[in-house]
Amino acid sequence: MAAVLEVENLATHFALREGLVKAVDGVSFSIAPGEVLGLVGESGSGKSVTGFSIMGLVDPPGRIVSGSIRLEGRELVGLSEDEMRGLRGRRVAMIFQDPMMTLNPVLRIDTQMIESVLAHDRVSEKAARARAAAALTQVGIPSPEERLASYPHQFSGGMRQRVAIAIALLHRPALIVADEPTTALDVTIQSQILAEAQKLCRESGAALLWITHDLAVVAGLADRVAVMYAGRIVEQGQVDDVLDHPLHPYTKGLIGSVPSGAMRGSRLAQIPGATPSLGRLPPGCAFAPRCPRVIDVCRVTSPPESQREGRRLRCHNAEPAP
Amino acid sequence: MTDPSAPAELVRVEHVSKRFVKRVDFAGRLANALGADNRETVVRAVDDVDLTVREGEVVGLVGESGCGKSTLGRVVAGIHAPSEGRVFWRGRDVIELDAQGRRDYTLGVQMIFQDPMSSLNPRIRAGEIVGEAPRVHGVAGGDHAAYVEELFRQVGLDPAYRRRYPHQFSGGQRARIGIARAIAVKPKLLVCDESVAALDVSIQAQVLNLFMDLRQQLGLAYLFISHDLGVVRHISDRILIMYLGRVVESGPSASIFADPQHPYTRALLDNVPRLDARKKSFAPVAGEIPSPLAPPPGCHFHPRCPHAGPRCARERPALVAEGEGRAVACHLTDGGVA
Ligand SMILES: Nc1ncnc2c1ncn2[C@@H]1O[C@H](COP(=O)(O)OP(=O)(O)OP(=O)(O)O)[C@@H](O)[C@H]1O
Ligand SMILES: Nc1ncnc2c1ncn2[C@@H]1O[C@H](COP(=O)(O)OP(=O)(O)O)[C@@H](O)[C@H]1O
Ligand code: SF4
Ligand code: SF4
Ligand SMILES: [Mg+2]
Ligand SMILES: [Mg+2]
Repeated sequence: MAAVLEVENLATHFALREGLVKAVDGVSFSIAPGEVLGLVGESGSGKSVTGFSIMGLVDPPGRIVSGSIRLEGRELVGLSEDEMRGLRGRRVAMIFQDPMMTLNPVLRIDTQMIESVLAHDRVSEKAARARAAAALTQVGIPSPEERLASYPHQFSGGMRQRVAIAIALLHRPALIVADEPTTALDVTIQSQILAEAQKLCRESGAALLWITHDLAVVAGLADRVAVMYAGRIVEQGQVDDVLDHPLHPYTKGLIGSVPSGAMRGSRLAQIPGATPSLGRLPPGCAFAPRCPRVIDVCRVTSPPESQREGRRLRCHNAEPAP
Repeated sequence: MTDPSAPAELVRVEHVSKRFVKRVDFAGRLANALGADNRETVVRAVDDVDLTVREGEVVGLVGESGCGKSTLGRVVAGIHAPSEGRVFWRGRDVIELDAQGRRDYTLGVQMIFQDPMSSLNPRIRAGEIVGEAPRVHGVAGGDHAAYVEELFRQVGLDPAYRRRYPHQFSGGQRARIGIARAIAVKPKLLVCDESVAALDVSIQAQVLNLFMDLRQQLGLAYLFISHDLGVVRHISDRILIMYLGRVVESGPSASIFADPQHPYTRALLDNVPRLDARKKSFAPVAGEIPSPLAPPPGCHFHPRCPHAGPRCARERPALVAEGEGRAVACHLTDGGVA
């Protein structure tokens, strides 16, 4: 099946006074209809900037400096703001960690949702209201007609996130970019949102880019996973392959850092050191100062992307095959 | 009841409750003048809880936001006085402690907070942040500078960093400074409130390892508060699960994770994402966490509980001992829900 989204060699840089921050630097991936790709990485690795780049929401001093983003075959890099606005909300929608990025605190939910419908479709207000209520039902909000007349502050955090998801669904977009939408939520509420996300991909065939720092969420939700470190995707493949047999030393270290039941009371396999600041990356592989498998070439040349066992990898000395 | 072979108890709280009164604010009073009926509301942040932490053990406190974990942690640390119930330090009621006993308790229980930045004074150098309390309390003994250097080494920081300010450290390093400051007064018990929640996974692993190393080296006990079940499971010997101010289940960590009894514990364990649970079909518990301002009557969990019966809406389930150190507060295991 043709991919909904194809990102190739994307580079988004920020020209700051302290220097050039290469927040995203040569990122490639694609997502098929109905597929969930988990984009994981620690803070500052460039996950959100990747999402914003796809949405056309990178503002100066940030700029997409090279690469290509194709949505349903159409090139997005270089589109005018007007053209992008025509796509946002309609073909591609974003869900943020803070639902108030989507919601306007001083407008009632119905006003906001009806406006969103009318922004792209010429339908009667009555039809728009019916679509809004249907979308709320789809994300599991009980008695949606009543709820439509409330303000965002009258909802709990989990409910607000549902409303934001309902708004993202209004136009049946081909792609949904979700940036840590459950990070601020409690376990039982997160689980409800994950269940909705899973259901909506199955039912609508939308492609889903799920950005998170939580590997366990990716394990439960995604088909494929891309692991980001310092602006690059260092390993990418099927969730089972990558989590069961990580080939990149960073992926392996990350998995070892997650406490699991089997390890109770024993030391976790920690990665030494801290994530580098993107403005001052070492030459060669950005992970070299922390890497247990580092070899001479790593400190000199940045590893190019290679294919191995159905995976994309950036490493000079990856783990041996399982 | 007390097992003579068990390690000595450090802190015990008995039937502790903590209420906060939310007074009517200005807007509310204005609305009242126009005929509204805003009244003073009372939050029972902690509602009749028992808890003991013994020497050298790690007790985990889990639950979703607003269930009272931090409040209970503060009562244990002596930061909040309980509204009801008693707090004991080494078997003596803290309100009856003499000056020496009081000092012993205050230094013996140290709290480590979630956001190390907000708890570190930005204008004071790291060395002074760590060294101040031991100097004031005369804990260090002879060579103060050497003592502070040793503390830095103990938490894995280069002693040369003593002269830096908090903003010159990464999140993980700030967490280490917070830990060094806490252990500087030679406590027996650390109350860690979401101490690793703000850290990246790889840094979180480093800090968890540090906590476990310090436990071994110093014989520390911990009350480890976290919403992250994976973290709590990893580090705790015993856990308590709270829901809306009450303990719903408690017992040895391994046994609870192997065989959760309370319906809420089961829901929590089913819902927590795990690395080995792939492409799962999520079967979440329905409903939201009710407002602590107006908790449901009877068992607080009954509106969301798949097993609820008439008794659950009527009667508060007591926390009943089930043997092997386990206890559950649920009518299902205590006479039925009918
Ligand atoms: N100083 C205070 N004044 C009024 N209400 C308070 C105060 N501290 C806590 N509360 C209330 O008590 C309840 C329990 O709060 P607490 O901070 O102990 O929860 P928690 O379990 O630590 O939650 P979280 O996981 O969000 O940190 C909440 O309803 C909270 O709003
Ligand atoms: N608006 C901005 N201005 C300057 N730098 C930015 C901006 N947004 C992001 N960055 C930088 O880009 C890098 C990647 O950030 P981000 O994508 O937000 O990380 P993540 O979402 O993975 O935590 C970071 O170094 C961050 O400081
Ligand atoms: S390229 Fe070298 S330093 Fe980088 S991850 Fe691979 S082995 Fe480690
Ligand atoms: S007491 Fe009743 S409602 Fe509460 S957890 Fe037990 S069965 Fe469920
Ligand atoms: Mg982000
Ligand atoms: Mg708290």
